[in-house]
Amino acid sequence: MNKFNVNNLNIWFGKAHALKEVRFEVEANQILTIIGPSNSGKTSFLRQLNRLNELQPSFSMTGTVLFDGKDLNSLDVELVRKKIGMVFALPLPLPLSVFDNVAYGVKMHGKKNRKEAESIVEDSLKKASLWDEVKDRLRESAFKLSGGQQQRLCIARSLAVGPDVVLFDEPCSGLDPISTAKVEESMLMLKKDYTIVLVTNNVKQAARVGDKTAFFLSGELIELDNTDKVFTAPQDKRTDEYIRGKFG
Amino acid sequence: MRKVKEFIVEKLILICGLACIFFVVLIFLFLLKEGLAVFKIVSPLQFLSGKSWYPISEPPQLGILPLILGSLFVTVGAAIISIPIGVACAIYIAEVAPKKIKEILKAGIELLAAIPSVVLGFIGMVTLVPWVKSIFHLPTGLTALSGSIMLAFMAMPTIVSIAEDALYSVPKNYKEGALALGATEWQTIWRVLLPAASSGILAAVMLGIGRVIGETMAVMMITGNAAVIPSSILQPVRTLTATIAAEMGEAVVGGEHYFALFAIGIVLFVISFAINVSADLFLHRSK
Repeated sequence: MNKFNVNNLNIWFGKAHALKEVRFEVEANQILTIIGPSNSGKTSFLRQLNRLNELQPSFSMTGTVLFDGKDLNSLDVELVRKKIGMVFALPLPLPLSVFDNVAYGVKMHGKKNRKEAESIVEDSLKKASLWDEVKDRLRESAFKLSGGQQQRLCIARSLAVGPDVVLFDEPCSGLDPISTAKVEESMLMLKKDYTIVLVTNNVKQAARVGDKTAFFLSGELIELDNTDKVFTAPQDKRTDEYIRGKFG
Repeated sequence: MRKVKEFIVEKLILICGLACIFFVVLIFLFLLKEGLAVFKIVSPLQFLSGKSWYPISEPPQLGILPLILGSLFVTVGAAIISIPIGVACAIYIAEVAPKKIKEILKAGIELLAAIPSVVLGFIGMVTLVPWVKSIFHLPTGLTALSGSIMLAFMAMPTIVSIAEDALYSVPKNYKEGALALGATEWQTIWRVLLPAASSGILAAVMLGIGRVIGETMAVMMITGNAAVIPSSILQPVRTLTATIAAEMGEAVVGGEHYFALFAIGIVLFVISFAINVSADLFLHRSK
């Protein structure tokens, strides 16, 4: 069964038509990568999946997004964001210790038990491939970690609240190649247990980690297919040109 | 020619800059010179902890403990009232209020800051004081409580505007990050925004309190000015500032009373200085 079914989705911010008639499926336990130039609507699309768009007062939409077959807008918004975690472009640790950063969401959702929290933190850090690097530094400030470690810490933090889906919004745009490789590695590990949607400006990254790849241009979904196919034999000429670096 | 002009302007600016510091130092030295003279008559400990302030009796009794306690009662009272309301107001303006209401509220806060303290004191005297008197069945409504309430109004604009700035300057990403973890609006405010803005909010509180301690006119009008050790906030008190303002006119220049008032000035100076420095520390820690 599909994790997400998106039907005829239109999004406006004020008068700007950010997404036009998008139809989309996301399968479970896969990495779906979204590529496209700036202002193509890929981030707006991603933020629709956990309903962050509606924080903007000028936002309006038509169409439906189904999550596990249920209309996303009919669900409780806090539950939606708990089930559908998000990792942002810039690592955003809170001014707390490494441990407390990960335990943060756990405590917020009412699990106060220390033991329980500790095992969740350890588990989440392991899943984010960060545990070995920070297990002796759990009490240190999260700001002392390197950029790549901070980003994986943010991944661990979203995992700790127990999501089904993790959305990545250009997670490596501020990272060096080695840190990028580590983040990609942890994404590949995660797809066993989670569904992943990755928005990226880095076409090569999309090719490296994606199972499926979608190409957005000017608010329209141009193409969505298996990553291999999109990169070797794209159906649309514009996809081909973008991938070859002719524009964007 | 241009070089000469440049030179003159540079030196002029330098002189202006130095003048500021020069005047501050002069004022401080004068305060010390006049104030420290009182310690020839009483020891600093006696001065600070003496329980009676009868500066014109013979011999004069120069103990400022009642005045310090007066200031403390009024200030703590004002802080208890103004901090929760002020911070809550800042949260509402910075995070919750729709744009229109936000602008109206901000204008209102600025208006509150623009009311001269003597006017606030006057309004307090004719409205608040009788009200306190009848509610608590007191012989007089001129009490520390009345002073606290009026001073809370004076501290509020400072607290609200600085705390609101602090909340506003918390990176928007923090808020989104917390919401994306499934936090409710209130959890986000309480657990992310407030801690992230805490040093700015503390600075706001400090500056608000600093304003309250230094305030003279309103407290002189509505706290009753009885230099006795208060046992509750429902009694008249006299603050450090009000003492100086009320008595300086009648003190003989160069007399013991005169020196004692300057020494009170030093005490006030030290308190305000400590508050401003700690506010500054908090503000810089946030950056």
